[in-house]
Amino acid sequence: MHRKTAQFLIPLLSIMSALAVSTLIILIAGRDPIMIFEKMFQGTLGSAYGTGQVLFRTTTLILVGLSVALPFQVKLFNIGAEGQLQMGAFAAAMTGAMLPPTLPSLSAISLCVFAAMGAGACWAILAGVLKVRFGVNEVISTIMLNFIAQGITGYLLTYHFAVPSTVHTSPVIDAAIIPSLYSVTGFFAKSPANFSTLLSPCVALLFWVILFKSRFGFEMRATGLQPEAARYGGINAGMHTLTAMGIGGAAAGLGAANILLGYKHYYEAGMTGGIGFTGIAVALLAGAHPLWIMLSALFFGLLEYGGLTVNAYIPKDIFMIIEAITILLVISFSALGKRIQQ
Amino acid sequence: MGVAVRLSGISKRFGNFAANSNISLSIEEGTIHALVGENGAGKSTLTKIIYGMLQPSEGEVSIQGKPVNFTSPRDAINAGIGMVHQHFMLIPSLSAAENIMLGDEHAGMFQRLPLKEIKASIQQHALEFGLAVDPEAMVENLSVGEEQRVEILKLLFRNASIMIFDEPTAVLTPSETEHLFATLRTLRDKGKTIILITHKLDEVLAVADTISVMRKGEIAGTMQAASTTKPELAQMMVGRSVLLRVTNPPPSPGETVLDIKNLDFCTANGERKLHNLTLKVKAGEIYGIAGVEGNGQSELLQALYGLLPAGTSLVGEASVKGESLIGKKPSEITLMGVSLTPENRLKHAVILNYTVSGNLLFGRHRERSFHRGIGFNSDVLNRYTNQMIADYDIKCSTPATQPLSSLSGGNQQKIVLARELNRPNISLLILAQPTRGVDIGAIETIHNKIIEARNKGIAILLISSELEEIIALSTRIGCMYKGAIVHEFTPEEVVLKKNSEHEFKKEIGIHIT
Repeated sequence: MHRKTAQFLIPLLSIMSALAVSTLIILIAGRDPIMIFEKMFQGTLGSAYGTGQVLFRTTTLILVGLSVALPFQVKLFNIGAEGQLQMGAFAAAMTGAMLPPTLPSLSAISLCVFAAMGAGACWAILAGVLKVRFGVNEVISTIMLNFIAQGITGYLLTYHFAVPSTVHTSPVIDAAIIPSLYSVTGFFAKSPANFSTLLSPCVALLFWVILFKSRFGFEMRATGLQPEAARYGGINAGMHTLTAMGIGGAAAGLGAANILLGYKHYYEAGMTGGIGFTGIAVALLAGAHPLWIMLSALFFGLLEYGGLTVNAYIPKDIFMIIEAITILLVISFSALGKRIQQ
Repeated sequence: MGVAVRLSGISKRFGNFAANSNISLSIEEGTIHALVGENGAGKSTLTKIIYGMLQPSEGEVSIQGKPVNFTSPRDAINAGIGMVHQHFMLIPSLSAAENIMLGDEHAGMFQRLPLKEIKASIQQHALEFGLAVDPEAMVENLSVGEEQRVEILKLLFRNASIMIFDEPTAVLTPSETEHLFATLRTLRDKGKTIILITHKLDEVLAVADTISVMRKGEIAGTMQAASTTKPELAQMMVGRSVLLRVTNPPPSPGETVLDIKNLDFCTANGERKLHNLTLKVKAGEIYGIAGVEGNGQSELLQALYGLLPAGTSLVGEASVKGESLIGKKPSEITLMGVSLTPENRLKHAVILNYTVSGNLLFGRHRERSFHRGIGFNSDVLNRYTNQMIADYDIKCSTPATQPLSSLSGGNQQKIVLARELNRPNISLLILAQPTRGVDIGAIETIHNKIIEARNKGIAILLISSELEEIIALSTRIGCMYKGAIVHEFTPEEVVLKKNSEHEFKKEIGIHIT
């Protein structure tokens, strides 16, 4: 009971304090905080287009957050979501561009989505293999794999697949495009929100079921909590390291599909823009719980897009500061809470 | 003689939980004063208050008549209090002398260390109190008994007049224990005050002058050691009369279940941990392995349960009902009807953050009867949980939501035993330190359940560093020393020698050192 309230209270308290700090920064920058927050609201949830933009970003963040959260439950810190996102996006773009244009939409989308998930999963499993076989710390290997992913996609784009005199690939076939919510329902103006948005809560729910309701999750969490006890319990810890990374990487691939197939329709240099790292923040704020991640992603989605809408008045970097402060506060408050309980 | 430590109305609360409530106690100068009590009775909290690691919520501590208010162990050390912790606080890569002076070097920051004088004073202390240690020896090369002597020398070097010993005999062999007691008596005779924390009643009666029994955070009574008995102390500790010796009806052993032949175990560093180990355990008997820890018991467990660390080499044969165990994974060994309670409960047997019922399931979660869909059948699980809680007298309030970490050590161990003893089709049960850190009251339940399992025809291999436990439960006893069974007592010998337990313990002690 006590623990449950703390789990809820700590993130809330962190967000409130971070907002207070940002108010202060806005004041110091010589702007009226009330005006800024008002404009932010109008630009985001205050308009159909803004709501769609927030939903679009939230979708990616839910999926990327999950890609960090699942390995986190096995005590693996996946810093590699960014690289997994890039590999997934590039794979989806390549697949989508090479498919025959006559292919039915359902198969085209499925093929591209699977390509994205597969590429993300493989990239993550690589870090898992390094850990299980050679004992390489996953923090180090995933960071290195981020650089390698950046290098590979950059090279392939520049020297082989870029449309001449641009920095992007040729677009995917029309059938591979995930339809936008606007094109089907007429809601959310012409925002990039697409059908992935409806999918992402289902994925979060699926992750929750896997982790907390299945035998597989029972073993997986035990491996994370006490790896040695898990071995005594006859659990194959190495297998769980690989699958946790693999499933995480696949989720990052899905996030890439949302951006590529639902919005950009081609691969462009720098298109993932650090969303993979924001995913770490999303997972941490939610305590790596798949269901709370939906709220946490919404919060970061609001900040990300809200920051853009008021960029004319105040640099959007301020909202990056809020994000970072929130995470630092969550970690500090959790540590503090534990000490108080002792 | 004055009063060395006086506690008046000490209470310590953690949240709503009172670890100590209204404790008043006088510890006389120049005596050995034992604090006994079950786990969670508040002994550690009380000593931590005396040693300045915790501050009391209420009450007053006075040392040698002066009221004190310690905010850290540093204050306590300055007031002449020293503590030998259960887990030694030594740096393995430094010499004994360096460890002894560490933190009290008798030299300025950039001055040379007065090593010669320090060594001389160590030698003198060593001679005076029977604490022979080579000051030049690296601590990592010392035996556990010697390490403890280094800890005591450390206190003497700091001129501690009040010495707290936390479970000092937990890691010692019987002869080392005798040696320690001799040292404690000498220390007392030279005017030092000894506070001894333990749960071993025999030892308390042998060495202490005064005994205080703690129960549920309070002092249940203080008495002279000469005028009390073991059953009286046990009753005071638990709050009801307890059976100190389980009734052990004669066994009727059947066919050989576990057959170990010439087992050799070499670690990755080439250290030979098992030497030609050979033993047999029959159905319906308890084979007790007596031995000081570190003589290959852990390695034997690893070998039998398929948990060899990388790089170890294992030669020889170990089979259960004719089927070899070597090279199999734990999950396969389980399916052969082998069940294990590991020696390190917290690290290997339970998941502390999982619920009580989750822990009753852990390790047996692959059994079909618990399954439904992709998850578990909560009806079956609840029924099983309630059954185990009733059968093993496990004290918990909400087994489906309560984390295991909120339970006492005894109740945690009962959960492990309940789970392992009730595996379907079990033919061999390996029990390692089944009552370590468990209260007297819970030991009674656990021992009865072990005898019950034996009577059902299960072969039991019992590994324990408590000789009392080995003698009370075993049908046959093997003495383990340096990785081999060096002596075996037949069932007839065990029955005969049990009658004079003290002599029997001594005899076993000779074989295991």
